[in-house]
Amino acid sequence: MQKNLAICVKDLGMRFNLSQERVDNLKEFIIKFLRRDLKFNEFWALKDVSFKIKKGERLGVLGLNGSGKSTLLKVVSGVLKPSAGSIETSGVIAPLLELGAGFSPEYTGRENIYLYGAVLGFTKEFLDEKIDEIVDFSGLGEFIEVPIKNYSSGMKARLGFSIATVVEPDILILDEVLSVGDKKFRRKSENKIMSMFDRGVTVLFVSHSLEQVVRLCDRAIILDSGRLVAEGPVDKVARIYKNMTE
Amino acid sequence: MNLKQYFKNFYRYKYLLIELVKKNIKLKYRRSYLGILWTMIEPLLTMMVLTVVFGTFFGNDDPQYPVYILCGRLLYSFFSSGSKAGLKAISSNASMIKKVYVPKYIYVFSAIISNFVTFLISLIVLVGVGIVLKVEPTIYLLQAIVPLVILFVFSLGCGLILSTLNVFFRDIEYIWSVATLLIMYASAIFYQPDKVINTGNGWIFDINPIFMCISNFRDAVLYGRQMNMNYCMASLAIAVVTVVVGAVLFYRKQDKFILYV
Repeated sequence: MQKNLAICVKDLGMRFNLSQERVDNLKEFIIKFLRRDLKFNEFWALKDVSFKIKKGERLGVLGLNGSGKSTLLKVVSGVLKPSAGSIETSGVIAPLLELGAGFSPEYTGRENIYLYGAVLGFTKEFLDEKIDEIVDFSGLGEFIEVPIKNYSSGMKARLGFSIATVVEPDILILDEVLSVGDKKFRRKSENKIMSMFDRGVTVLFVSHSLEQVVRLCDRAIILDSGRLVAEGPVDKVARIYKNMTE
Repeated sequence: MNLKQYFKNFYRYKYLLIELVKKNIKLKYRRSYLGILWTMIEPLLTMMVLTVVFGTFFGNDDPQYPVYILCGRLLYSFFSSGSKAGLKAISSNASMIKKVYVPKYIYVFSAIISNFVTFLISLIVLVGVGIVLKVEPTIYLLQAIVPLVILFVFSLGCGLILSTLNVFFRDIEYIWSVATLLIMYASAIFYQPDKVINTGNGWIFDINPIFMCISNFRDAVLYGRQMNMNYCMASLAIAVVTVVVGAVLFYRKQDKFILYV
C-alpha cells in the first residue's frame, strides 16, 4: 500500500448465504444433505467495490437502505471478513457502529467502561487514566453506578460514544452516530468529532442526511445494490445522488 | 499469520481476557446474598445429599466417603459447567462479535477460565472436609495438579469444538446436556469403580478422561499414593488431541460465525 493512503479497498466482495428456510438444526441439515436439498441463495451485499482514501481525507458513503453501506463499514473495521478482494488499512481504527449494543446489561456503567474499553483493545492503565474524562463526557453523573439495563437507549449511546472516542484514532468510522442523544449531547459529540477532523483524522462516514455528508466530507461514493456507482468530490456526487433519489 | 504474531495478538488482548473472566464470575453471583460463597456452599450441600443417599441408604460406612464423593463431584462439575459455558460462549456474545473485531477464541477461553477459577475456589471446601474427616496429606498431594491441568486442557478442547458446532446447529446444546449426564454416571463419582469393572464393563473407564482425572486426583488427595500413569498418559493424550481438533475446527470456521449467530 502506498504511504499516503489510509484505506485501500480492492475488488471487495461480501457474500451472504440467504437460505429461504434457515437450517440451523441437525435434523433438517442431515435430511436436506441426504436429499441434496441444501440450497443457499447467494447474495452479494458488496461486489467489486474498489476505492482508496488518502490520509486525512473524509469520505462519505451514500446509498439507499440495503445498498451495502453498513456492510462496507463492518468489513473495513474488521468485524466481517470479505468473501472476495482485499482491504488494507493503516493506523488505529475507532469504529463507531451501533453505539450502545454490546454492553453487558447487568454491569454498571463504570464496569461497562472497562469491559467495553477492553473489547476495543485499550489497556487497563489507559482506562484508569481516562475514566473521569469518559464519565464526564457522557454526562451520566451518578447514573454511572447504575446497571446498564436501567439506562435509556440515549444514555447507552452516549456512554458508547464517550468510550469509543476517548482514543485519538487515525481512522474514524462513523455510522449515523451524529444523531445520538439529545440536542445538547449532539452538539457536544459533533464538536468532538470536529476537533478530530482538525487533527487530520481519516474519516469514513455513513449517513442518510445528504446535508450532513456535504458539510463534513470532502469526497463521497455512492453504493447501489452493493456496487460502487459513483465516486468523486462531494458536491458532484451529491448532485448525482440527488438525481438518483428523486 | 505465523505463530509469533498469534502470541503477540493474544498478549494484546490479555486485558480483555481478564475483564471477561471477571465479568463471568462477578455476574454469576450478583444479587445473591451469599455471593461467591455459593461456590463453596453448593458442592458442600450436594456432597451431603450424595453421602446420605449413597452412603447411608446404600450402606457405605467408609468415614471418608464424603471426601471420595467431593473429589469426583468437584472435578466433574468443573468439566460440565465449563464445557457448557464454552458451548454458549460464541452465541451468548453474539452482540459483541457482530460489532467489534476481537479474536473469537477469547470468548471460549474466558468461559473455561472463569469456571476454572470458581472451581479452584471451591477446592477450599475439599480442604475443610478433608481436615474434619482427618485425611492425612502426603507428599503425593502435589500430584493433584496434574489431573487438574489435564482436565482444564480437555475442557478447553471440548469448549472450542462445542462452541463451533453450536453456532451452526443449536441442537448441540441439548445433546450435550444429555451427554454430560452420561459422562457423570460413567465417571464413578458416587460409586466405586470396582463395581462396574466386576461386571466386565470396565472399558467405560478406559475411554473416559474425566474418570481418569478424578481417579488420579483421588490418589493424590485421598489415598496418598502414586497416580496411575496409564490414566495420566491416556487422559493427557485425549486432552491434547481434543484441543488440537478444537483449535483447527474453530480456526477454520470462525469467519463464518458472524453470518450465523
